[in-house]
Amino acid sequence: MKETTLNTTAEVLHQNALGDPSTQVSASGLSRRQWMMSSGALVVSASASGFLGLSALSASVDARAQASGVKPAMNPDELDSWVAIAPDGGVTAFFGKVDLGQGLVVALAQMVAEELDVAYERVNIVLGSTDKTVNQGGASSALGIQAGSKPLVQAAAEARRLLVEMAALQLGTTTADLVVNNGVVSSKSQTGKTVSYQDLIGGKYFNSKVEWNKKLGNPLEIKGKATLKKPVDYKIVGQPIPRTDLAWRIYGTGEFVSDIRVPGVLHARMVRTPMAGATIASVDESSIQSVPGAKVVRQQNFLAVVAEKEWDAVKAARLLKVKWTPPQYPMPANEENLYEHLRLAAVVKREEEVKVGDVSVAFKAAKRIISAEYHWPFQSHASMGPACAIADVKPEGVTLWTSSQKPHFARDGVANLLGIDPKMVTGHWVIGPGSYGRNDAGDAVMDAAMLSKLTGRPVRVQGMRHDGTLWDPKAPASIHTARAALDENGVVIGYEFVSKGFSRVSIESNEADPNDSLVGMEMGLPARNGVGFGVPGDAYKFPAKLQAWEVVPDLIKQASPLRTSHMRDPVGLQIQFASEQFMDEVAFETGLDPIAFRMRYAPSARDQDLFAQLRDKSNWQTRRAYAGPQKGRILKGQGVAYAHRGGTILAAVAHIEVDRQTGRIWARKFTVAHDCGLIINPKGIQYTIEGALVQALSRTLYEEVHFDEHQVKSVDWLTYPILTIHDTPESVDLVLINRPELPPTGAGEATNRLIPASVANAFFDATGVRMRQAPLTPKRVLAALKDSSAKTKIS
Amino acid sequence: MPIQTDDKGSVQDMSTTSFKVDGQSVKIDGDPQMPLLYALRDELGMNNPKFGCGLAQCGACTVHVNGVATRSCVLPISAVANQSITTLTGLGSPEHPHPLQAAFVEEQVTQCGYCVNAWLMTAAALLQKNPHASESQIKDGLKDLKCRCGSHLAILRAVKKAQTAMLAKGVMA
Repeated sequence: MKETTLNTTAEVLHQNALGDPSTQVSASGLSRRQWMMSSGALVVSASASGFLGLSALSASVDARAQASGVKPAMNPDELDSWVAIAPDGGVTAFFGKVDLGQGLVVALAQMVAEELDVAYERVNIVLGSTDKTVNQGGASSALGIQAGSKPLVQAAAEARRLLVEMAALQLGTTTADLVVNNGVVSSKSQTGKTVSYQDLIGGKYFNSKVEWNKKLGNPLEIKGKATLKKPVDYKIVGQPIPRTDLAWRIYGTGEFVSDIRVPGVLHARMVRTPMAGATIASVDESSIQSVPGAKVVRQQNFLAVVAEKEWDAVKAARLLKVKWTPPQYPMPANEENLYEHLRLAAVVKREEEVKVGDVSVAFKAAKRIISAEYHWPFQSHASMGPACAIADVKPEGVTLWTSSQKPHFARDGVANLLGIDPKMVTGHWVIGPGSYGRNDAGDAVMDAAMLSKLTGRPVRVQGMRHDGTLWDPKAPASIHTARAALDENGVVIGYEFVSKGFSRVSIESNEADPNDSLVGMEMGLPARNGVGFGVPGDAYKFPAKLQAWEVVPDLIKQASPLRTSHMRDPVGLQIQFASEQFMDEVAFETGLDPIAFRMRYAPSARDQDLFAQLRDKSNWQTRRAYAGPQKGRILKGQGVAYAHRGGTILAAVAHIEVDRQTGRIWARKFTVAHDCGLIINPKGIQYTIEGALVQALSRTLYEEVHFDEHQVKSVDWLTYPILTIHDTPESVDLVLINRPELPPTGAGEATNRLIPASVANAFFDATGVRMRQAPLTPKRVLAALKDSSAKTKIS
Repeated sequence: MPIQTDDKGSVQDMSTTSFKVDGQSVKIDGDPQMPLLYALRDELGMNNPKFGCGLAQCGACTVHVNGVATRSCVLPISAVANQSITTLTGLGSPEHPHPLQAAFVEEQVTQCGYCVNAWLMTAAALLQKNPHASESQIKDGLKDLKCRCGSHLAILRAVKKAQTAMLAKGVMA
């Protein structure tokens, strides 16, 4: 009787695990392990109220829950949504964010392996796709470790707890008697009594709940009953484990999103207006009749060509003749009068994010006031390749292949665009040609979905170069005014910093709202023109401090090539270029060395430690004022900058050389001191900091979107130059401050905000001239060296 | 080369172009003005090289034509008739890596990786031609390539490491 019951139960389980009744095997095919698991669960359950006691009761309930081959729905409160153990013992963790190439998968695998007590090599991380991961917000604000790892760590610890309890039941001992090594659970008291994770649950599901805070996106958290390991016991976390996810790129054996091939696909190229804000008057379809199979696809101002072959789509896009109706008014600014425009522009919204004391009182009491204004241009993501996406819109469901760094929101955006339930849409995340925020990938996937709907075919759309440079959402241009109030002893008694610029979220940083996409706007959805900016990240303790921002209207509302959104360390470079140059200006005006000034006003122990280590490592030369003119063609200087970002604190010293004949700056050496709490992988942090530094250096020295009243003029690498290998620093020295007692915070984009001011401050040290407008191009450098009027205004 | 005129008078250049890719003979039917990049990717289904700009400004599309690093995005296939093309997968493999590939893996080079084809193919041709290239010669040879993620420090470390390894092995003696 008992035998029959057990066999039936196990058979059902097995059948469910295979998912197909036709492949079910007979009960007699059950393994000893399966029988034991079922048997153990039944026996313990039956006697749960008896002699096993309360803690054993809960253990038995948990363990019984595990004997299932049915995967529960992919909800955040299911352990199986986060971690799985394969029949071979391999561990998969499901990450609802993505890794854009910084090696996040390695760090995450280390954290999962640590809590589960398995070898690092056994852990695989599944990234971002909407059918395999819950929405953790996609790549966002360098939160991959800081927030994104938390559910994975909790799930790994909870899985370990359950597995140890299962092992206790199976081995007939207590959990206290068990140790885990590399996924094998062993009794401490009885040698040879062992069972592996795969024998406990391989290929099956935990079917166990975890607590979920009912939030999706970045704030999503879960909690199991397990106690997490203490950092002091970490063996895998903290190790410089090398990247395992790079070889496929180097050997060319894997796929970027543009390498995905879908049978029956149509190739598309978007045709967007040569004049910002223009609308389509007419399209001459006969202009592409020479191209085999090429067709025009149009809905209102959304216009594309499609063809069976990619080259034909490219040709058709070039040949297509379109008459455009210019907008009623051109844009109210161009690159020449941009900062004057910003100064005078109406304020849509002002927000005073940091308010300490009363700055108006401080400025009234001041014996001296120092003030300065700084300018930062529009910048383009200009990713290595223009975006590509593939969409297959069918009545029974929509499939997307997207490199959007927020695939769950891209899914929602496509569903909203097409007017269908997001459950009908599956978004496969595939890495694209670089992503540093909301670049052109978000528009590509929305374009592809609309084109697939309109053509009834799967559509692959890839941009041409201008789609990635002219048409990507831009990092906002801004002006920043800073004032410091000094008392009679030169002590800072008040500080005011106000940014005025275009919104950081004129279009949202994710794609969920189709009003934020070009296709939506081209088809008549009104732009949202969202409002937001930011304030400096620092910990200066001035008695009165005001940090505020003001956002001005977009230059055009609908489908603007200058619509603004997030680009790596959104508004951090703009703001800190100004705020950290200003600190240098105030330091020298008050006769203090720039590092000494920062140490004086940023008194926290972590800041002090940071500055002290940076000063030593960088071989900083004390300066209380400009050291005076240098002889020779090459002028040398040092400059410091400091920042906080999302809990990470950091500072850098730049050593630069200025060629006074060519105006070229070579940032020869950087020293970066970086404190992001617990370090998961020091090698990963090194590469991440280096990449962030070099990219920010490019934005500091070269990058500026050119435009006139009618259109963006930066369309390629000649009109939007970035740095070259010649600009690579000779060395980057790091001071990585590890604080195992503190949770890890972001390293992915904190360094970026140090670079502009560290270079500009070094430029002042070299030349005695302030560069208050970025980028520091050779042309601007030569002009500044000629014009010595660029001096701090002192009243 | 046969020239066909359709009923509307448009000129259709249709022809067959033959060349070798990574040692294999291939034939492409179609527009001889089609850039090699599209032939490799769309007609032959290869994942490397990459489209980066279509303007020969970034290097993502670099292949070797008879050993010379060439931008395939602006090179019509008519120009490579009967020539020998090498792509990234022809440069080396995980089993038989080119020293540059081995060095890039060791030095953990690149972030997103979309540009890596550019650096590997260009550096391979450069070191083949000038095995003893100085650091400034290496930089000069790579200066027209883009990397948007800012992996330049690691790229330079890896190229120098590969050069050292190649010289030590006498690969380029």
